[in-house]
Amino acid sequence: MSILVNADTRLLVQGITGREGEFHSTAMLEYGTNIVAGVTPGKGGQTALDGRVPVFDTVADAVEQAGANASCIFVPAAFAPDAMLEASEAGIPLVICITENVPALDMLRVYHVLRARGTRLIGPNCPGLTSVDEAKVGIIPGNIHRRGPVGLVSRSGTLTYEVVQAMTDAGMGQTTCVGIGGDPIIGTSFIDVLDMFNQDPETEAIVMIGEIGGEEEEKAAAFCAREVGKPMAAFIAGRTAPPGRRMGHAGAIISSGGGGTAESKRTALEEAGIRVADSPSHIPQLLRDAGVG
Amino acid sequence: MKLQEYRSKEILDRHGVPLLAGRTATTPEEARAAAEEIGGPVVVKAQVLVGGRGKAGGVKLASDPDEAEQKAREIIGLDIKGITVRTVLVAPAAEIAHEYYLGLILDRAAKAITVIASAEGGVEIEETARTNPDAILRLPLHPLIGLQEHQSRRVAFFLGIPADLRKDFGRVMRGLFDAFVQSDADLAEINPLVVTDDGRLLALDAKIVLDDSALPRHPDLEAMRDLNEEEPSEIAAREAGISFIKLDGNIGCMVNGAGLAMTTMDLVKLAGGEPANFLDIGGGAKADKVTAAFRIILDDPNVKAILINIFGGITRGDEVARGIVEARSQLEREVPMVVRIVGTNEAEAKPILAEAQLITADSLDDAAAKAVAAAGGAA
Repeated sequence: MSILVNADTRLLVQGITGREGEFHSTAMLEYGTNIVAGVTPGKGGQTALDGRVPVFDTVADAVEQAGANASCIFVPAAFAPDAMLEASEAGIPLVICITENVPALDMLRVYHVLRARGTRLIGPNCPGLTSVDEAKVGIIPGNIHRRGPVGLVSRSGTLTYEVVQAMTDAGMGQTTCVGIGGDPIIGTSFIDVLDMFNQDPETEAIVMIGEIGGEEEEKAAAFCAREVGKPMAAFIAGRTAPPGRRMGHAGAIISSGGGGTAESKRTALEEAGIRVADSPSHIPQLLRDAGVG
Repeated sequence: MKLQEYRSKEILDRHGVPLLAGRTATTPEEARAAAEEIGGPVVVKAQVLVGGRGKAGGVKLASDPDEAEQKAREIIGLDIKGITVRTVLVAPAAEIAHEYYLGLILDRAAKAITVIASAEGGVEIEETARTNPDAILRLPLHPLIGLQEHQSRRVAFFLGIPADLRKDFGRVMRGLFDAFVQSDADLAEINPLVVTDDGRLLALDAKIVLDDSALPRHPDLEAMRDLNEEEPSEIAAREAGISFIKLDGNIGCMVNGAGLAMTTMDLVKLAGGEPANFLDIGGGAKADKVTAAFRIILDDPNVKAILINIFGGITRGDEVARGIVEARSQLEREVPMVVRIVGTNEAEAKPILAEAQLITADSLDDAAAKAVAAAGGAA
């Protein structure tokens, strides 16, 4: 078992003919992800990825003719809100938006419309997710994974790869690794994913990677203390970040009033009984200490 | 992007929020002319993007043009928290009967634009949140239908706005909301919103922070950027499409991805060093971007070593390796460089780095330790 995506995922890629879309779709295909369709308005009837994937003009066509049941979005920020809405309207139940720099007010509208329709949105500004050896959706390098019992959820992109690599190197495999995105308004929260991992029988332990800004880690800590019995380890990025500055991610900012610090998150997690690593490379040991592997 | 008070007021004014706009001046003489034109007592206010202007001597009352000139002379050139005052706003002075705080924020927790209101105006809202949280009303607005009249009324009653000014208050709420939405703000606040002795409702001070992600569709707002208040290196970085924040240490960091960039800084610190910057070269970084990143990092004379940490995803490792080697050949200043590249096209990156004889590291902990050593040991 895994969460969110698996061998039954029939993936559509919105923006498959763009440079990044094409590059990462090729990597997804090579990983074994079942990409059934691409959408690029105006290129319907063509094929992408050396003839391996049919391209449609609309998401509705891709659903109807290719049976897509998940969509990965690579279109530029100016078009990403529309792409998310189109996927949702066409009845796609799972939408993963990789695109960064989507305006926050657009995301507010998209968030609520998708939620009302029951569309699960991951991202935006996220690396996607991998259910190891089943399906990889997004841009996480496939070769860093190893199948195993640990679920991972993260607000970051490349930092996620760093942690996954450290786990794989230590012989500690993963069920699913989910990047939920670094923006202030994202479709799926830590708690949503922690809940899924908690209910997934194959996931025996959970790693959570947070960063400065907002209070999602604190809320997740409270949720874990209440609901999650599985062993956990965490890492929080940004201990050296100055207040009042946006550290790359739109959501990564310690407020000038002092909210959202790494310290506050670390304390909340530790109070919930979750060990917090000083370096990503320490996570495998923390998991072992918690009885994993 | 933070906007100066006078810019924020321009936007609110455009949306019908009542205020005393005033005029900006960059010399004492201009301040005098502004005061003459306004007539009567004025307030001279430093236009800087930091809080606590009043306490720092950046806001002064003047009863006539002579005094306005004199106060402007005191304020222009003043250093407020490291920012030199270049511009003052000269605005009509108001006799204040009551002060309120009224703000709108992008509320990540509520997934809404949320009204923040307090009858304790003139005080920073974070201060009120600490000292008297019950004095604050938080009211999330529906993200699809926006501000409703009943919500404006509720805020007015909460604040105790005098009955004859409630209609005006509704206009303030509407104007603030429209300004927020139409300029894609993260924050729009009026502090203080005042009732004057002669019974007018006015926005005396205003602050708008814009969503950087939305700036491409607001060239008029982008033009309001105050380059005087930004580090030259941060301006150069933005123009190169690089996310960069200057810090005080001596180890330059070049990383792909914001979370990993923060982690790299944290690990430099953990290894006993001090990071000189946050730098995220972003996805799909090419040789020209890496070159720009080097220039920006080395522009800081404190930098004694550079730690390059690239974990490929969108970014291809071999492109970065080639970029590093190519860019290094063009640099005027040489500092030790520790390079770690992992992930997409990792295998293709290694021979390129080996040939260029750069210090390489396999793990991030190892890279941080090597960078601290290369910079001359622990700080």
